[in-house]
Amino acid sequence: MNSPTKYRLENNHIMKKIFSAIVLLFAGLAVFASDLPARPEPPTLVTDMANVFTQSERSQLESKLVNFFANTSTQIAVVTVNDLQGYDKADFAFRLGEAWGIGDSRFNNGILILLKPKTANSNGEVFIAVGYGLEGVVPDITAKQIVEHEMIPLFKENNMYGGIEKATSVLIDLTKGEYNYKQYAKKTEKGGFNPFIIFILLFVVFPILFGRRRRGFYSTGNRSSLPFWLALGMMSGAGRKHSGFFNDFSSGSGSFGGGGSSFGSFGGFGGGGFGGGGAGGSW
Amino acid sequence: MNKTLKIFLIVLGAIVGLFIITAIGAYSFGKKAYNNMVDMDEAVASKWSQVENVYQRRADLIPNLVNTVKGYAAHERETLEAVINARAKATSVTIDPSNLDAASLQKFQEAQSGLTSALSRLMVVMEQYPNLKANENFMNLQAQLEGTENRITVERMKFNETAQLYNAYIRKFPELLIANMFGFEKKAYFEAEQGAEKAPEVQF
Repeated sequence: MNSPTKYRLENNHIMKKIFSAIVLLFAGLAVFASDLPARPEPPTLVTDMANVFTQSERSQLESKLVNFFANTSTQIAVVTVNDLQGYDKADFAFRLGEAWGIGDSRFNNGILILLKPKTANSNGEVFIAVGYGLEGVVPDITAKQIVEHEMIPLFKENNMYGGIEKATSVLIDLTKGEYNYKQYAKKTEKGGFNPFIIFILLFVVFPILFGRRRRGFYSTGNRSSLPFWLALGMMSGAGRKHSGFFNDFSSGSGSFGGGGSSFGSFGGFGGGGFGGGGAGGSW
Repeated sequence: MNKTLKIFLIVLGAIVGLFIITAIGAYSFGKKAYNNMVDMDEAVASKWSQVENVYQRRADLIPNLVNTVKGYAAHERETLEAVINARAKATSVTIDPSNLDAASLQKFQEAQSGLTSALSRLMVVMEQYPNLKANENFMNLQAQLEGTENRITVERMKFNETAQLYNAYIRKFPELLIANMFGFEKKAYFEAEQGAEKAPEVQF
């Protein structure tokens, strides 16, 4: 600490108080942050910290989820832990999902399946945390049903992989309609494919083309130069938008793909948020 | 004579120059700090509206829940009435986000936790009615209620985090000066309620 700061602090009780409050606050935040498991590096959608999957199960699940992510941008992450560190399973899942940023930050389309296996002196716990953007397709009651009908019966037989496999399949079926390529593109260009362009094509561009044939070149130049320009403008605009969609898409996955591209197509979490949707159960 | 004037002018020029530089610096700092505070204040207000949303969501579930329960356990009138009253009380307390001080937040929290405990008493009572528990509508409502409680926890946490950032910012030096000048006040936090955070133990 340099001496002017020291001097000021020693002479100003309030400043000192504020300073210590701030230090405490940050210390608190640091402790809070270190409580949760760190994001996997390189990024993976399956993080098996409790070692409940075999190597081949793990990679099978990983490739299934990565594949789904590549097709829909929806991120379904599976995390197994040995210890919930005193948190309630729901609380733990939301904090972890938020801290890792599962899902895309624009759509909040992440799902986290948190699994804590049963041990001799504690119950097994499972929770499906659903990102803000998927609460519509995976309402709490549905998540609850997946937990109770797909997962817990198999977990009771100690078949962790089977339960997770079934649950992820159901979740994939539910969410694949939500953000597919088309909708993703629509959302990315804000406004989507403009029906106005079709209108222009039908009523302005085609008549000009046909008019050209019927009335000859010179008459069109006179009568509809403005709409023609307008149509050109619209078309070039559409062209730009279109390429923008591809650019955005590849740049999107590019930002995901920092470092992880050698590992597979999944490169990292996108900063999605969780608002408390989902359900869980224990066995 | 001429020389003294020259020196005087140079010194005067330097002073004026310094003054202008300081003024520009102070202005740009003040502007940045003030705008940051406005942004953070807005962020707190928007998180607050999320908090109120999720509490409202819970309140909206209650009439349906009470009606469903009535069909199976009409004689649990006391418990049901306690829930209805607590709901009425909870929905009557709202806070203007520009006035998020400790006293009003505490009042809000008291009203809401009254509803939380009335609801958890109701859930304990419901354990005695297997027919009700098997009712699909009731199971649905129960899942929704659980989900709403989760959302409340999450939104409260997010509100606290945002308020914490804001509070830390306005209390740091030298932003403190700007905050005092324009009357930016500390926001209150949600406190963990004693006992209320734990789900009630059900014993038979």
